[in-house]
This record gives sequence, structure tokens and C-alpha cells, in this order.
Amino acid sequence: MSGHTLDRATIAADFPFLTRRIDGERVVYLDSANSSQKPRQVIDAMSSFAATSYAPINRSAYRMAAEATEAYEGARAKVARFINAPSADEVVFTKNATESLNLVAGSWGRANLRAGDVVVLTHMEHHANIVPWHQLAAERGIELRWIPLTPTGELDLTDLPRLLDGAKALSFTAMSNVLGTITPVAHLCRAAHDAGALAVVDACQYVPHNVTDVQAWDADLVAFSSHKMLGPTGIGVLWGRAELLDAMPPFLGGGNMISDVRLDGFTCAPVPAKFEAGTPPIIEAIGLGAAIDYLESFGMAEVRRHEAELTRYALDTLTERFGDDLTIHGPRNVEIRGGVLSFAFRDLHPHDVSQVLDERNVCVRAGHHCAKPLMRVLGVGATARASFYVYNDTADVDALADALDSATDIFGF
Amino acid sequence: MPGLEDLYREIILDHYRSPRNRGELPTPPAIMAEGHNPLCGDEITVYLQVDEGRVTDVKISGQGCSISQSSASMMTQAVIGKTVPEVRAIVRRFKGMMSIEDGDGDASADDTAVSLGDLEALQGVVKFPVRIKCATLAWNTLLQALDESA
Repeated sequence: MSGHTLDRATIAADFPFLTRRIDGERVVYLDSANSSQKPRQVIDAMSSFAATSYAPINRSAYRMAAEATEAYEGARAKVARFINAPSADEVVFTKNATESLNLVAGSWGRANLRAGDVVVLTHMEHHANIVPWHQLAAERGIELRWIPLTPTGELDLTDLPRLLDGAKALSFTAMSNVLGTITPVAHLCRAAHDAGALAVVDACQYVPHNVTDVQAWDADLVAFSSHKMLGPTGIGVLWGRAELLDAMPPFLGGGNMISDVRLDGFTCAPVPAKFEAGTPPIIEAIGLGAAIDYLESFGMAEVRRHEAELTRYALDTLTERFGDDLTIHGPRNVEIRGGVLSFAFRDLHPHDVSQVLDERNVCVRAGHHCAKPLMRVLGVGATARASFYVYNDTADVDALADALDSATDIFGF
Repeated sequence: MPGLEDLYREIILDHYRSPRNRGELPTPPAIMAEGHNPLCGDEITVYLQVDEGRVTDVKISGQGCSISQSSASMMTQAVIGKTVPEVRAIVRRFKGMMSIEDGDGDASADDTAVSLGDLEALQGVVKFPVRIKCATLAWNTLLQALDESA
């Protein structure tokens, strides 16, 4: 299903944001790890569906509703195929990856964890994979253990067997949103299972940029968001093994998630409806399906190749031009690194770096990236972060480097 | 679009490079308050010494960007030696310059007579709305300390 080579000249027409001018100049968007831009194919699919095909799903007999239901379920099937899930029924649509992870802690966690039970996390988790577990710790006294990092920003697995000893779950990122580190997901899933623990994967940064195969990982639950993979905001995914999802209690209650409601109680609908209370993000599901179609026109192996090449170029260029003035966090080896570069520039605060870069229309994130525990491990309050996607190329990296040069002028080094 | 020269005025960079009144004060007798900017992770600690209704010393510790650090530095110079009502008037005047009016008493007509001195250099921040929180972090933290001293 792949074929096209990723190259901005050929895909530029697909991304309307590339025509945006600020002060007459193009925008260099380097914040895709935060949220991605959308191609025309996604915008058009959503607009067209909303304009002439929109109807509620799962509730009515008329043809418009049947068509809308089919389109919504079609998007679910695309997601399943995209991550090599055995069945579309194992794909639950949520609001975003944060809600997916809250669903895991709130449903599976509440049903299965008691005081003293252990959940293992890592020092490079996003707050979305920390706070829900903290909430469970406060509510029922579970114990959290943490996999530390090596000096190069990889997971330090030296003590993994001891950390996993007696653990009920290992919940970890497949790719750090700060360091870019790609973790050994299949290895960690196996280690979790060997210890009798559930393997939960925060794949929010991984799925948009890599070939994902949840069966090859042998994961139990996997969370990700649409808006980081060229799709719209407002929809995310939780994939889980069927028997696991079947056994989990519902997370939110309401319409669509029931098969019967009586005065004395209710009976849940089968998955995935059990976890999709209320009217779901229908138009957004259509958009997510279109985003997957678009990504598959290249193939995720090509997306990964493009980004690894760009990341290597960025690491080389920034090191060559700025030497010790620029510190890049995370591994140098692009085999285990995605297109995310968090950096410190001289002793400038990341906010100031970001402000100066914005003067040149270079958009980077500055802050703690919703990973404050990791910031403390790195010994910094914040970082500036540039991140890449299909629409970026080496000219964007050069623009970043040129803009960093201008910071020197303003702050007078 | 406003230029960066509106934001990074020389006096601001001077206070950023050489912050005044950095350090700590013993608590008690001083009051300590901590402020966080949850968006960017900036953290500031304000130590406030009030004697007989007058602010006799202020020290700042913590980390932040050029705007939050310089604003904190200039704030200390503006409030040391002033009475508590005078300090509250300066805070209102400063936050007013940042286009923020909050419920900390009624902004009296007298506030406009309050001189902000070097702090006027920060008015360019208003053109960069994202940075207003940086500029006001120390001031909100000072207000917390003042409330505790009351």
C-alpha cells in the first residue's frame, strides 16, 4: 500500500498550512510532537462528511444514520489494520490518549489493584501516564516503582527483574516525548508478562511515526491520539486484548454503552461500545480514518525512514554549528530515537529561545512537556523542543539553526 | 507584529543578567511564598520581611526566563521601603499595565499616580500575551506573601 517517497516538494500541496505567511515569510513548524498539522485529505474528508453525510450513529433506522454508522465503524477497522490488531472490536475510541490511559487506571486499575499492589512506570513518562496512577495510589494505596534512565536517556533496565517482582502492571512509553528515545517495547512486554504483570503501552509518540504491530509487541493495552498523526483533535484510541477489555468494568456510564437499563441496574454492551458512552466523536473518526489512509499512501516504514534521516541531519547540523553551546538531551543513535530534539542553548531560558525563534517563524515548544519528573531527572526546569513530521525537511532544520544564531545577537554573547 | 526590541529592552536584559536582591531570608521572621508557572515550569520563591507595616526587605530565589527573572528583580527594588498599602498599590498598577485587573481591592484613582520607574520597560510584554504570566509570576507570589503577613 506504500509507494510514494516522502519529499516536501511532492507533498507540499497536501498541507495548506505550508501556504501560511507571517510577516510575509513561511512558517517552520517544528512542534508536531505536541500536535501535528493536517493534510487537505483529512480536512476535506471531515468537511465533506459534516456537510452532506452527517448523522448520529448506532441509533436510527434511516439510511443516513446507517451510512454514518458504517463510516464510523470503517474508521475503527482502519485503526485496527494500522496497528495490526486482531479485531476491530478491540479498538476503543476515546477523547485522546490521556483519556485512554485514565480509562486503563480507572477501569482495569480500580477492578484489579488493592493496597500494596505494585505498578511500575518509568522516569520518562508523560504526566498522562503518571497522574492517573498517582490518583490510584492516593485512593487505595498502590505502590509505584520507577525504571530509571541511563546517562544517554535510555531506560536503565539493570534492575528490571527486581522492579517487576510482584508487580501487577508495567505502564511505559514506547517513545519519549522529550528525549525521543524509542524504548524496547516487545522486550518490556515480555518482561512484564514473565513477572505476571500487565503490559500497558503509551504509544502516543510512537504510532504516528513508526510501523506499529501490537501483536508483535505482545502488549495488553495500547494508547494513542489522533491529533499527533495528522488527524483531528478530540479522538484517541485505546486498543486492548479482547478478553481483557471484556473483563474490565465500564469507565463512563450513559447511552451507547449499555445493552439494558432497568430500575435496579444495567447490563453493559459488548466492547468496544461498553467504553464509548454518549455520542462519540463521529466526524473526528472520519478524519482519523483519512489520516491513516494518507499515512499509508507512503507506508509507515517510509515515514520512519524520512524522520530518522532528518533527525540525523539535525543532530549533525546543530552539533557542527553550535558545538558545546547547544546541549541535546537523549540518545544520539537514531536507530533508537524518533524525531524529537529537546535542547538547551547556552544559558538561555527555553522561553526566551522559543520567543526569539518565533521572530523567525520557527515554532518550537518551550516548557516541561508534561514530564516534570523527567525534567527533575535531567536537572532542568524546562527545555526547548523541536520535533519533526512528514512535512518537515532539511530546510526547516537550517532555519532552526539560523534562528538560533539570531538569539546570540539579542542576548549579546 | 511587535518586534523583539519591544520585549527585550536593555534594562530588562540588565536585570536578567544581574538580578538584584537574589537570595533568601530567615523564616521566621520573614514570610516565604512559592509561585509556579504550570505552563513552563518556572518556579519562584519570594521572601518578604515586613516590620511595622513596612516592607523592609525582599529576596528572590528560583529559576525562570528573562521576563520572569527581570520582573522579579525590578519588583524587589520597587517595593523595598514601601508601606504595605503602597506595595499593594504598586502591584495593582503593575498588573493593570499587564492588562490584568483582579479583585485585590478596588483600583483606586491614586494607583495611577504610583510610579513604576524601570518597571515601565516591561509594558512591551503585553504585546506578547503568552509572556504575561512570566512577568506577573513574582508579583502574584508577592501577593501571597503579603496576604500571609496580614
